[in-house]
Amino acid sequence: MPKITIDGEELEVEAGMTVLQACEQAGKEVPRFCYHDRLSIAGNCRMCLVQMERSPKPVASCAMPVGDGMVVYTDTPEVKKMRQGVMEFLLINHPLDCPICDQGGECDLQDQAMAYGMDHGRYKENKRAVEDKHMGPLIKTIMTRCIHCTRCVRFSTEVAGVTDMGLIGRGENAEIVTYLDQAVSSELSANVIDLCPVGALTSKPYAFMARPWELKKTESVDVSDAQGCAVRVDSRGPEVMRVLPRLNEDVNEEWISDKARYWVDGLKRQRLDRPYVRGKNGKLAPATWNEAFAAIAKATKGVSGSEMAAIAGDMADCESMLALKDLMTALGSANIDCRQDGSKVDPKVRASYTFNSTIAGIEDADALLIVGANPRWEAAVLNARIRKRHLMGKFPIAAIGPAIDLSYPVDWLGEGGDVLAEIANGNHPFAEVLKTAEKPMIIVGSGAAARPDGASVLGLARQIAEASGAVSGDWNGFNVLQRAASRVGGLDLGFAPGEGGLDTAGILDGVTSGAIKVLYLLGADEIASKDLDKPFVIYQGHHGDAGAHVADVILPGAAYTEKDATYVNLEGRVQRGQLAVFPPGEAREDWKIVRALSDVLGQTLPYNTLAEVRQGLVKANPVFQGIDDIQAAEWGEFGATGGVSGAFTYPIANFYMTDPISRASATMAECTDEILGGGEGKTGTDG
Amino acid sequence: MQTEQPSSFSFTSENLDKANWHIAKYPEGRQQSAVMPLLDLAQRQNGGWIPQAAIEVIADMLDMASIRVYEVATFYTMYNLSPVGEHFVQVCTNLPCWLRGSDQVMEACKKVTGCSNGETSEDGKFTVLEVECLGACVNAPMMQIGDDYYEDLDSASAEEILKALKAGETPKVGSQAGRHTCEPAGGITSLTDRYPDRAAKSGGDD
Repeated sequence: MPKITIDGEELEVEAGMTVLQACEQAGKEVPRFCYHDRLSIAGNCRMCLVQMERSPKPVASCAMPVGDGMVVYTDTPEVKKMRQGVMEFLLINHPLDCPICDQGGECDLQDQAMAYGMDHGRYKENKRAVEDKHMGPLIKTIMTRCIHCTRCVRFSTEVAGVTDMGLIGRGENAEIVTYLDQAVSSELSANVIDLCPVGALTSKPYAFMARPWELKKTESVDVSDAQGCAVRVDSRGPEVMRVLPRLNEDVNEEWISDKARYWVDGLKRQRLDRPYVRGKNGKLAPATWNEAFAAIAKATKGVSGSEMAAIAGDMADCESMLALKDLMTALGSANIDCRQDGSKVDPKVRASYTFNSTIAGIEDADALLIVGANPRWEAAVLNARIRKRHLMGKFPIAAIGPAIDLSYPVDWLGEGGDVLAEIANGNHPFAEVLKTAEKPMIIVGSGAAARPDGASVLGLARQIAEASGAVSGDWNGFNVLQRAASRVGGLDLGFAPGEGGLDTAGILDGVTSGAIKVLYLLGADEIASKDLDKPFVIYQGHHGDAGAHVADVILPGAAYTEKDATYVNLEGRVQRGQLAVFPPGEAREDWKIVRALSDVLGQTLPYNTLAEVRQGLVKANPVFQGIDDIQAAEWGEFGATGGVSGAFTYPIANFYMTDPISRASATMAECTDEILGGGEGKTGTDG
Repeated sequence: MQTEQPSSFSFTSENLDKANWHIAKYPEGRQQSAVMPLLDLAQRQNGGWIPQAAIEVIADMLDMASIRVYEVATFYTMYNLSPVGEHFVQVCTNLPCWLRGSDQVMEACKKVTGCSNGETSEDGKFTVLEVECLGACVNAPMMQIGDDYYEDLDSASAEEILKALKAGETPKVGSQAGRHTCEPAGGITSLTDRYPDRAAKSGGDD
């Protein structure tokens, strides 16, 4: 390992590191604009200059690999002077519009100008002005502020895998553009806003909304999909202003999807802020909590447990699911299910419903088979991880399903289940690829597992995993790509049909036949049944969406930003979200609603505080003990034997609208219109 | 980019052969290296400028993103992204040429073609552009028309060249002051025995 001396301090660093990284390791701060750990090295901003012995010129530390015996200085007056020179050049064409710039207060250029800027400018000529570019509904551009670090170009090309952005022209005429002024067509596009070190790319929906120092920052987790990306919720008073990613190397690195970032304006629309009860005229009327509970008590009187059922939706938290499960058990009902999509994963075998390889584990895999999943839409950040693995090389990727652009090359084996059976029988060439791989991976889509023959899909996938040695030692290459934040948590705590209980399909059959008389929907809005007007429906949730429309009683709950709650991500990682703002109006945290209702129904649940509910979670399943940890799931028998016929389809038709929050979001509607061409005649994409 | 664009572009079979010859020069997987000669071919075929359709055709041929080809085409000033006249007149106005009278050359251009810097004449015959150093400082001032250099200019010679082009004639390429390539203006001072007719008349302190 090379030895390098930085400011008189000798240290050993890994070969292949850059001088900048070595300086960081030595605890020296080196200013930079273009350099970013997760992007390729450009070396074009020159801010990271350092002095090096035996080098006549200053060295751009981000682009200089360490060599044995290097002697580097980062804090001499000469270094300061060089950086001041670079800063002066950068500021020549940078406008002095900080007071009206949205980046103000969180701007790298502003911060570093405090350290390396001069107290006055010497440049008397006209500054250049650059026309603003159109980059879609999320990214606002003020291109005069751009310092051409090309972080955005490198991010979109390397991480997001779309070739929309580029740097055209040269010298003073250089400009960042999207090809033909199109919107950036990536689900991760808004990350360039975080990457931009100046105010050239800022957030369009958040434009002129708040200053960073006015905001309360709450660390939480995202529930827009099942990855559980680490986020920071910035709020002011009762309002969530924006969501930013937080660093979590094991889950999202430092990216989040555009939906996770921009669906928050949906939290202000269509909210259920008071209880409602359907009156004699068939219309929902506002009510008090007591009236709502009384209506439920009346409706459930004399109804036996087997005639009641509960379904938990995609964003339900673990605490409320546990409370509802305990309540249903107390009422004598085993008809509970958290798989509202009808998934056939086996609640008894944890390995059958989690992403066993883990997200970080994707980087260790050496072959991948995707079955009926569109990871780009079902788990956008995880898809970037697959792309990252692809860029490392020697990673054959094949997929079964309709061919789509996943941002990396995929060998499309076919659309139908027959291909899956062929691989399982070993009659397909890709079976050999998986067999020869040391750490093969199989990703089964949640949509594939929810097909009527989903159990057979899982069975065949298990067969492939076992035959190719994907489950051996500490490697488990069998993965189910869940897309609902509540799913793994719900299955972990046993929100699944008990002894003799009905699953979602059974419950819906019961609804149609009239066997189910009372149906409790815990934020379940995506129920595929036309007969929900037959039973007495209790809807507990935060948005007036599909579930609330069919409800007889509405109990207003809290959205994910409004409660302290536990979620389990698709890997089986237990994570905690935190309350950033209080629920609107009379809405309450969800577990408390169920607890209060249990009192009225005479089945008082044995917990009064959040801590007691969480003890209940640990009792239900010890995995809830380790926060931010994954407990490896034990391998077992699951799935069914049988043929799989018919082509696979993907469950998400519109990435930007998948749940009650995003359906209420105006920003997501704009994205649908412009990026997916959903608006009729509004874009040129339909010819 | 130019607003009015042809709807399609395809290389002629002759240019396609040339393009494939360029592509074949690079090892497998490095075909993108051929982007510059291909852009040049497209520009020559399309009357001196590169349309958007050509950028996309080249991107397809080299298996790269259109934006990457566009970046290259905008970076180099010798690629034109909007139409130019039949004769593309590039006048060097850098220091050596300017000291030797490039202003008069520009005036001559204006006089004959009616074009100021960056303009195209109404008949579409000329586009005049001030450019940076073209590397012929020894014979300053100079201008490049199409692929040819015209050097040692003054008002009269520049006017004559442009008038000849306007009339469809072919003016003499190279130095207009009578010297051979970039030999000393007063004649050669060495190897005089080999080229006696090009020797300096006296002393040769030029």
